[in-house]
Amino acid sequence: MNAVVSVFRREFASYFATPEAYVFIVVFLILNGAFTFYLGQFYERGQADLQPFFTFHPWLYLFFVPAVAMRLWAEERKSGSIELLLTLPLTMWQAVLGKFLAAWAFIAVALLLTLPLWITVNYLGDPDNGAILAGYCGSLLLAGAYLAIGACLSAVSRNQVVAFILAVVVSLLFLLAGLPMVLDVFRAWAPQALVDAIASLSFLTHFGDISRGVIDLRDLVFFALTIGFWLMGCAVVVDLKKAD
Amino acid sequence: MIETEHLTKRYGPLTAVDDVSFRVEPGQVLGFLGPNGAGKSTTMKMITGFLAPSAGTARVCGHDIQREPLSAKRLLGYLPEGAPSYGEMTVAGFLAFVADLRDLRGERRRQALDRVIARLHLGPVLRQPIDTLSKGFKRRVGIAQAILHDPPVLILDEPTDGLDPNQKHEVRTLLGEMAAERTVIISTHILEEVDALCNRVIIIAAGRLLADDTPQALLARSRYHRAVTLSTPQPEPVRQALASLPGVAEVEVDAHDGRLTAIARDGQNIFGAVQQVLQSGNFQVRELQLERGRLDEVFRRITQDATSEVPA
Repeated sequence: MNAVVSVFRREFASYFATPEAYVFIVVFLILNGAFTFYLGQFYERGQADLQPFFTFHPWLYLFFVPAVAMRLWAEERKSGSIELLLTLPLTMWQAVLGKFLAAWAFIAVALLLTLPLWITVNYLGDPDNGAILAGYCGSLLLAGAYLAIGACLSAVSRNQVVAFILAVVVSLLFLLAGLPMVLDVFRAWAPQALVDAIASLSFLTHFGDISRGVIDLRDLVFFALTIGFWLMGCAVVVDLKKAD
Repeated sequence: MIETEHLTKRYGPLTAVDDVSFRVEPGQVLGFLGPNGAGKSTTMKMITGFLAPSAGTARVCGHDIQREPLSAKRLLGYLPEGAPSYGEMTVAGFLAFVADLRDLRGERRRQALDRVIARLHLGPVLRQPIDTLSKGFKRRVGIAQAILHDPPVLILDEPTDGLDPNQKHEVRTLLGEMAAERTVIISTHILEEVDALCNRVIIIAAGRLLADDTPQALLARSRYHRAVTLSTPQPEPVRQALASLPGVAEVEVDAHDGRLTAIARDGQNIFGAVQQVLQSGNFQVRELQLERGRLDEVFRRITQDATSEVPA
């Protein structure tokens, strides 16, 4: 556990060692604002909730999270520090988990900085704060799922740009899995069970419930399993690619 | 102590390390010699647990690196090739990170950090990001990281590469001091370093272990072992006089500075005979030197034989 904390601390601090992190956060906040107020019509709806804010998170994270994740292993492989890290007395799991949690915490910081929106909506009306809290938790879980995908794929290449693009593409597949345009392709020939299985992988569907304030155990389990699966994949890919 | 047993690494059809077995005891400083791409680094990566061997295994103080990686890694200090580190971190931050992972706490931690910072003269750059340091400082940070927990086993991949002569000397002195009760493996392709530091040499080429000996024994394999080199204002008569000696196989003339080298037949001791000939002939001699052998020549012969055998 100690090793996880050490890796976490180093990785988390390294985000703030370069101006990149601040740029990421500022862009994230600006886009969040733009989506919520213009596309989401926050004022025009006349409802005291954060629905328009959360609705756009799956799309925003599609680019924001891979950008946060891309350096996790790609940079480590490029600089050769991976050899140092993996010959120190820690297990692969501790390294994978520590790095993942650090990036997740970084995203959590960005998300926390949107709290003024919560204050605004409380000032303007009388929202269901429980639902908003659920929305934040769901949003963080969603980010974690994207992040686990991004972490795994950042181990595939030494090049951060390649890692970024791969992560966006794979994340997009998971994002769109529940939409008719994807499902119709399968519906024509695949058995219903397969179509249902693909539909059930959709980030949009699982996030949709939570963002409305409905916490269903199945959704939590879904995100936990997705994160676990991709982190396991991450450990495997790091092990395969570390010496290339 | 380090033991390797039939250590082998294959990448597809290519065998990078081929059935390498050896054992290094405490107090030994093993020099790992070989041309570039010979498999030195790959062997080190397998001993330190970074790479899994295709066959065979390595043990660090009795701990199998495959089955008990954490126990083995705790006893190891490792400087990977090129001394990689985290460029955005400061030297102090980086060493603190390594100390965390090495589970150094409290007074022990403070002492360990003070010790390596003093020994490698890192004081003035502690607050600097590692990326901004010179190559020499980066290398020293890498060595500091490796010896931080005072490990019984040290594995250093080209520890003096990129250092200037003064820094090289310092690092060698440091390693010499540390070697006493430790097991040390150093890879290098600088031959003078082997002579200066190591009490045992392994030569590896094309993945195979070709020689395992002391530096002295390797020198004895040289055709220059016990050769006598001299410079004289009368090269031609001296050359003839030397060539007529029964113990002299051949006399070489250095095209560059005109020095004569009398090569001993089968490593016989010819020094006395050469002195006698010089005295009785009343030759003027400016310089007279008994050679121990030339490591570069031995190295070249051993490794070139090996690589020429390998089908392209």
